[in-house]
Amino acid sequence: MTNENLIQYIYGIADNSLILGQRISELCGHGPTLETDIAMTNMALDLLGQTRSYYQYVAELSPKDITEDDVAFLRTEREYKNVLLVEQPNTDFAYVIVRQYFFDVFHFMLLKELENSKNVNFQAIAKKSLKEVSYHKRFSGDWLKRLGDGTEESKQKAQQAIDDLWVYTDELFHMTDNDKAVSKAGYGVDTTNLKDSYYAAITSLLKEATLDIPDTKYFQKGGKNGIHTEHMGFILSDMQYMQRTYPGMKW
Amino acid sequence: MTQEADIATELYTILKSVPDPEIPVLSIIDLGVVRSATVLPNQVAKVEITPTYSGCPAMDVIGDDIKTELAKHGYKPEVKLILSPAWTTDWMTDEGKKALKDYGIAPPMDATSDKDALLGNKRVIPCPQCESKNTRLVSQFASTACKAMFKCEDCEETFDYFKCLI
Repeated sequence: MTNENLIQYIYGIADNSLILGQRISELCGHGPTLETDIAMTNMALDLLGQTRSYYQYVAELSPKDITEDDVAFLRTEREYKNVLLVEQPNTDFAYVIVRQYFFDVFHFMLLKELENSKNVNFQAIAKKSLKEVSYHKRFSGDWLKRLGDGTEESKQKAQQAIDDLWVYTDELFHMTDNDKAVSKAGYGVDTTNLKDSYYAAITSLLKEATLDIPDTKYFQKGGKNGIHTEHMGFILSDMQYMQRTYPGMKW
Repeated sequence: MTQEADIATELYTILKSVPDPEIPVLSIIDLGVVRSATVLPNQVAKVEITPTYSGCPAMDVIGDDIKTELAKHGYKPEVKLILSPAWTTDWMTDEGKKALKDYGIAPPMDATSDKDALLGNKRVIPCPQCESKNTRLVSQFASTACKAMFKCEDCEETFDYFKCLI
């Protein structure tokens, strides 16, 4: 396993936090209520903070003279390795919550494993992040129950979001060749082992929320290999505009 | 792995005078973010700090404030951010918890009471204004990621509660 393997592996984890952090930052000042607005922005801050720790480590590992800001802001679309789920737009509050919950459950399980990585940096970041992500999961899970078991309209919107976003869940467990190499070395996590407990957890909450589990067999993937949906370019242009216009800024 | 902060006696008073930029009544020592402070040859003072939350925007300011304060006392400061072991509210001193309460922020409770309160199961967080425990959760997140928002149903004040992190 080379440093480059490790860097690519970190992108596969950290880019999820970066892009989801960026996505929910869009809600700053636009949340449906003051409390949810503040909560989502706080979660964005946690995710971006975690991203910083990962990218600082990438800058350390890289043979090039780069900083965390270069890693965050100066890569091209294909160089981002986040899953498709996190780049999906904030269509409405139900989408925001469902996307968050689908990701939080996975994120928590991943970090629980990463805590036992042979890599001390991964251990430290995972231990720190777990404390934060357990709050995220509780927040999104509570809201999903409230939406599903709420009014006719909230239920219908939550169900729509689930039906639309479900196709992106399988990619969370897709192992690239690089993931396999890093996981074999004891540094990374074999996410295929998490799949059953993930779907069991989601199913149980959806049932409690009186929502239906989609029976689709078709799943979409690509993000982990840098092939993104059309939404990704818009996020990047929004995110990278400042750094590219005024080079050398620090985040 | 030791959980106790290891702070050189001669640096203690200096660091104790550095306030948390968001909660100025709280010293960074009382907050527990200073994990070690050592005096090395040539008056170099090495300080290790750990963030309360990963994205805590106060960390950069805290680092700069430490450097300024140490430089004032003739030290050449070196500040390092460490992630492990991860910060916990257990490291907050009793003095710090009292300062928080006097400032109007309910200090972190033990893990069980904290969970009960944040899940909205039990009313256990005492209002920092009137001490009543008749308080309800308004939001799991408040003015910063490290706090939740509660409302006292007796004196009707809303207040921040510093969440337990262990």
